[in-house]
Amino acid sequence: MNAILEMRGITKTFPGVKALDNVNITVKAGEIHALVGENGAGKSTLMKVLSGVYPHGSYSGEIIYEGEERRFKGISDSEQLGIIIIHQELALVPLLSIAENIFLGNEQATYGVIDWSAAFARTKDLLKMVGLNESPETLVTNIGVGKQQLVEIAKALSKKVKLLILDEPTASLNEKDSDALLNLLLQFKAQGISSILISHKLNEITKVADSITVLRDGTTVETLDCNAGEISEDRIIRGMVGRTMADRYPKRTSRIGETIFQVENWSTYHPLHANIQVVKNVNLSIRRGEIVGIAGLMGAGRTEFAMSLFGRSYGQNMSGRVLLHGKEIDVSTVEKAVANGIAYATEDRKTYGLVLEEDIRKNISLANLNGVAEKFVIDDIREVAVANEYRARMRIRSPDVFQQAVNLSGGNQQKVVLSKWLFSDPEILILDEPTRGIDVGAKYEIYTIINGLADAGRGVLLISSEMPELLGMCDRIYVMNEGSLIAELDVAEASQEKIMHAIVKSGRR
Amino acid sequence: MDTRTADELHVPQQRTSWLVFVKTHFRDYGMLLALLAIMLFFQVATDGTLLRPLNLTNLVLQNSYIVIMALGMLLVIVAGHIDLSVGSIVGFIGGLAAMMMVRWGFDPVTTTIACLVVGGLIGAAQGYWVAYFKVPSFIVTLAGMLVFKGLTLALLGGMSVGPFPVVFQRLSSGFIPDFFGGEGFNYTSLFIGIASVIAILYFSMRSRANQLKHNVETAPFGLFVAKNALLALFVVGFCYLMATYRGLPNVLVIMAVLIILYAFVTNRTTIGRRIYALGGNEKAARLSGIKTERLTFLTFVNMGVLAGLAGLIFAARLNTATPKAGLGFELDVIAAVFIGGASATGGVGKVTGAVIGAFVMGVMNNGMSILGIGIDYQQVIKGLVLLAAVSLDVYNRKK
Repeated sequence: MNAILEMRGITKTFPGVKALDNVNITVKAGEIHALVGENGAGKSTLMKVLSGVYPHGSYSGEIIYEGEERRFKGISDSEQLGIIIIHQELALVPLLSIAENIFLGNEQATYGVIDWSAAFARTKDLLKMVGLNESPETLVTNIGVGKQQLVEIAKALSKKVKLLILDEPTASLNEKDSDALLNLLLQFKAQGISSILISHKLNEITKVADSITVLRDGTTVETLDCNAGEISEDRIIRGMVGRTMADRYPKRTSRIGETIFQVENWSTYHPLHANIQVVKNVNLSIRRGEIVGIAGLMGAGRTEFAMSLFGRSYGQNMSGRVLLHGKEIDVSTVEKAVANGIAYATEDRKTYGLVLEEDIRKNISLANLNGVAEKFVIDDIREVAVANEYRARMRIRSPDVFQQAVNLSGGNQQKVVLSKWLFSDPEILILDEPTRGIDVGAKYEIYTIINGLADAGRGVLLISSEMPELLGMCDRIYVMNEGSLIAELDVAEASQEKIMHAIVKSGRR
Repeated sequence: MDTRTADELHVPQQRTSWLVFVKTHFRDYGMLLALLAIMLFFQVATDGTLLRPLNLTNLVLQNSYIVIMALGMLLVIVAGHIDLSVGSIVGFIGGLAAMMMVRWGFDPVTTTIACLVVGGLIGAAQGYWVAYFKVPSFIVTLAGMLVFKGLTLALLGGMSVGPFPVVFQRLSSGFIPDFFGGEGFNYTSLFIGIASVIAILYFSMRSRANQLKHNVETAPFGLFVAKNALLALFVVGFCYLMATYRGLPNVLVIMAVLIILYAFVTNRTTIGRRIYALGGNEKAARLSGIKTERLTFLTFVNMGVLAGLAGLIFAARLNTATPKAGLGFELDVIAAVFIGGASATGGVGKVTGAVIGAFVMGVMNNGMSILGIGIDYQQVIKGLVLLAAVSLDVYNRKK
């Protein structure tokens, strides 16, 4: 097989940082080439060099594409040659229709007048190719993330793609949508389209990739050929972190005490549609020192449950009781929930967790400003001391605590969010997808922190879409589907199959 | 859990060099340097008229109401909103004060209190829609601008109302009395200046000692000394110049107290911090237990009170209330805040910046008037300066 793309000796420096150092990667025509590495390893930078976001001259090294050296000055240069990149954050306009989005910047027009019937007809063909059964006129905002991802791919196909680059395409997709997407990649492969797949989900990579290039700290570590024999996930991890991860989850001996937290008959309705019940009569309990998981598919109502519990931040017409140490507590506002010892670290840390323009110090003190203030006056010195303490304890990697949160990597941002909530000194910590989009090494550190919380006698409620994570971390797992808790499994008896089985069974009822 | 090593707990002692410090804090000092440059330019161009005691006094009187409103506007803008109605509120409150004192026979003290309360109520009425009904502040205050412009006309019956009792006029045209009976020189003013310098030095030295004790990053010692020396020189020099004329204007004292109060509130208090968090990321702020709606509401109430105060000062200065009072003030105030480095998306901005921004506008107004530049080109130049200042800020932030 010929190589469609060869990047040789790519070096890219930013002021003070060498982001890429002599990186080499060769993508064969018609293969699925996975690019893996921890956050900050240089994957996205490499793809930006390839697509021309960083124009020729701003890096050294050469790009050979379809047998010729290419010097892209911008994205349009690379797109013209069939290199299409789909970013992690989707670049769709929510209030335009599917057809309008697909042909945005590439309108089916003569002299600026759009031929809508041609556009709709082509959109229908493209949607059929990606297996999306929606009308071209549907607004993008009205379809789910999984379908939006497919629209992005249809948009790429409309441009005669030869090399498709997907940056974390399944990060926000549930298992079913992820599978559909991966199958689509396999179909494209059969049609001769090459792809580069960037993903943290190693099980997906071993499923579809033909070869795997591992980046670490801006250099190529190795390229693994999957056709020569199965590559195990542990083998990939070893390349990524430079050491063997004996266990992805730190060991913990649970010391479980009495029940400290109970939720009784909790119900919530959709914030706009008062007749849709999103959370249905949920009963759960957490014991001292226990990590309790909630498993479920995307849209099962887990986040909605947690947010409605946490100061009625979601939904309307809540009913039910919340008890701490057997006494009912008032959680009707976030302030009261926090005061009563509940903390909730959200699933989307950039939108809901951090004030990105502020520094680490101010983010950590935000939920407990009174803890660093006398009356209404903030004690700067105490605030810095608190921030430094958490920076050391959580191993937040930054030159100091005066760095803006926006400049931190995902893992470090999450540590700042956790620091914020630990500083509010909660008895119950609800963690919603705490490791989403975080690399393997940082995940391990987050897990260690969570274990530490349980060991300190707090209760942890862990919401996660990654079942191995729940099985590896929790003492007990609730399974949620369509707003109800449908099963409760002790971790000793739980397995991915059992969880899925419970979900499927409840769906049939 | 506690696996930290001694090395990780070690906080690096920052030995920042001058150049690095100035570079990283360029945004803090850039606009101040620009203001000094502008002042120097006009001082030379006007043959020294700009800094004459009489003109300096005028400069303060002309800009006091803009500065005072800029304090409130800064909070509104940091919280992620805008208030277009302040100019109309100035006019309305001025009119109300005139009617109360001249037509309805209230005394100045009652009138002042009532007007501040009404200012607060107007702010509350607008803040209510913004905070609790989520109507965009641009729309609400645009409506407010029209409403209060109209109400001013209605209240005054389209006429100018005045003059005011002497006590009320003193609000704007009065000076700090001299207790030492200096001939043509107001000793009290100079003493106030010296006392403020001593207070400033005491507090900044105490804070620096505290920072050093706790290994917090501090400015290089040379810069610290230079900064405080310059500030001291500026304050004493300013007070001396003022003392040679009629002393410190009352309104300057009000303004200075408010500036210090708002600088303190924004930098050091929990409510100040919460406003920045609200503007930086409202959702994250709400999920951190901050009552975002009430906070937004309060920033508008505060803005209303300050606009009311500005209305009183402006009316007292003209010694009459006219239906056209306050016209276009909102633009000067908003421009001042943005020139001072606030971000249009919220979450960023400083009280000192807003004050400097107000004086940049004020010095330019004053200097260009002395030079005899027509009102037409004055507007053009002010517009371009606003654009230049904000572009520079955006450019700096990108780097």
